[in-house]
Amino acid sequence: MNDTLTPLFPSQPPDPEPDAGPVVALCGVSIAFDGPPVLRDITFCVAPGETRILLGPAGVGKSVLLKLVNGLHCPDTGSILLFGKEISRMPEREIFPIRARTGMVFQEGALFDSLTVRDNVAYQLIQESAPDDEIDRRVREALTFVGLEETFSLYPASLSGGMRRRVAIARALIHNPEFLLYDSPTGGLDPVTSTTIIELIVKQRDVYRTPSLLVTHRLQDAFTLCTHRFDPGQGKMVPLPKGHTAPDTTFLMLEEGRLIFDGSLHDLLHTDNAFVREFLE
Amino acid sequence: MQTNTIDRTAKQIVLAVQEYTLFAWRAILNLFSPPIYWTDFLIQSDIIGVGSLSIVVLSGFFTGCVLALQSTATLQAFGATSVTGRFVALTMIRELGAVLTGIMVSGRNASSMASELGSMVVTEQIDAMRALGVDPMRKLVTPRIFACISMLFFLTILSDAFGILGGAAVTVFLNHQNGTQYFSMAWEGLRLRDILQGLVKPLFFGYIIASIGCYHGMKTTGGTEGVGRSTIDAVVTASVLIIVVDTLITQVMLTVF
Repeated sequence: MNDTLTPLFPSQPPDPEPDAGPVVALCGVSIAFDGPPVLRDITFCVAPGETRILLGPAGVGKSVLLKLVNGLHCPDTGSILLFGKEISRMPEREIFPIRARTGMVFQEGALFDSLTVRDNVAYQLIQESAPDDEIDRRVREALTFVGLEETFSLYPASLSGGMRRRVAIARALIHNPEFLLYDSPTGGLDPVTSTTIIELIVKQRDVYRTPSLLVTHRLQDAFTLCTHRFDPGQGKMVPLPKGHTAPDTTFLMLEEGRLIFDGSLHDLLHTDNAFVREFLE
Repeated sequence: MQTNTIDRTAKQIVLAVQEYTLFAWRAILNLFSPPIYWTDFLIQSDIIGVGSLSIVVLSGFFTGCVLALQSTATLQAFGATSVTGRFVALTMIRELGAVLTGIMVSGRNASSMASELGSMVVTEQIDAMRALGVDPMRKLVTPRIFACISMLFFLTILSDAFGILGGAAVTVFLNHQNGTQYFSMAWEGLRLRDILQGLVKPLFFGYIIASIGCYHGMKTTGGTEGVGRSTIDAVVTASVLIIVVDTLITQVMLTVF
């Protein structure tokens, strides 16, 4: 039962150690699937407490990169350090315990159709044979966090697209992950639902300071993340003062499998790179 | 150009055989190290075993009926209608019970395994499972394989029993022969080697059905169209393999006994 029974969302957010190494570090990573390389020579890292937004048009390999970071794909070349451990050549059975320390939100939610929302959210806890009372309590906490307490006994088929994403976020958060991966969490959603999802991500970033890597091709969402903070007093997301941006939220950009930008919002808006400028416009 | 196509196809076939062998071997090895998902084994046993009961009982019963009808017509020419029971029992137990049950279960369960796992692959549920720290091979594949092996064993026994009963029904009610004679001839004609042959086969067939169904499901690509393709491939491959392996086992068993 060990750490799985610690309360969901501890009252005090963990402060990252000042000299702690990166949560994730990729160095010269390339991968191909029966054809030309999807990703070429990718190098970047995610520091403790940092949120990195991976931008790029559809089909440039953003989701593949996210899966590489979590060890779901194996790179052809290069190294991937997750929590300081080299996972690129590690057998999958050894990656499972490392991966269990992360939380991942998939593009369409990837909820298990045959399980209720309760069982989906509690999937990891059920596998670890946690007591039923404990599971119910933590699932309710996680569902309250995403504002979906009433869906406890429902099946994913009866939820809307936005609700499925929020349940997927609850599932990713229930195990108190040390690192979060979001794969286009707002893709295909209406603006109001997208803002709800972004607010949850901002809340997780600012209240619990969980480092994360977020894939999106929606600039509006990326800018909202960078220009807003979560106000615990008001219980909602509020804009930062004009000219200020979230200091630990930075950008990466992919073009045809290559990383062409790595920097802050200010750097992004003032870059000379023609592709980035075209993407922004 | 044509040589290139043949070359590429040959390589793809060799690669598929290699992948399948490693896949099936891993599924077996998983049974000897924790975690073992016994609950999933029981759920799959219910789906495969209880769920296939009606089709196996019906197909077994009517196969026995047909065997009795056909054999009586032939045996009448030699004045040997009294051995109908022996003929039906031997054919069902040694051959048809196992093969027919295998093919029926393959049609029902290899397809459902391929489509279920295939849908999970294309909707990223398998990746989600891996991301949540659970090995899909252990959680989904190994329980299905061992449930299919154990359930096919019992379903074959049922099919044999209902086949013999079907033969008896035709013999007694249509051919107006003595039922006691039918059953005593069936019993006297049976040897241990016949029963062994009939009970060894479902172990292999169960393994083929589940491993092929799961393999095609887990290798699904290409969205919903790919799921349909995987389902067809699973049923076709499993059915053909059952008949091929049946030939090999029969030859080996006849040599041994």
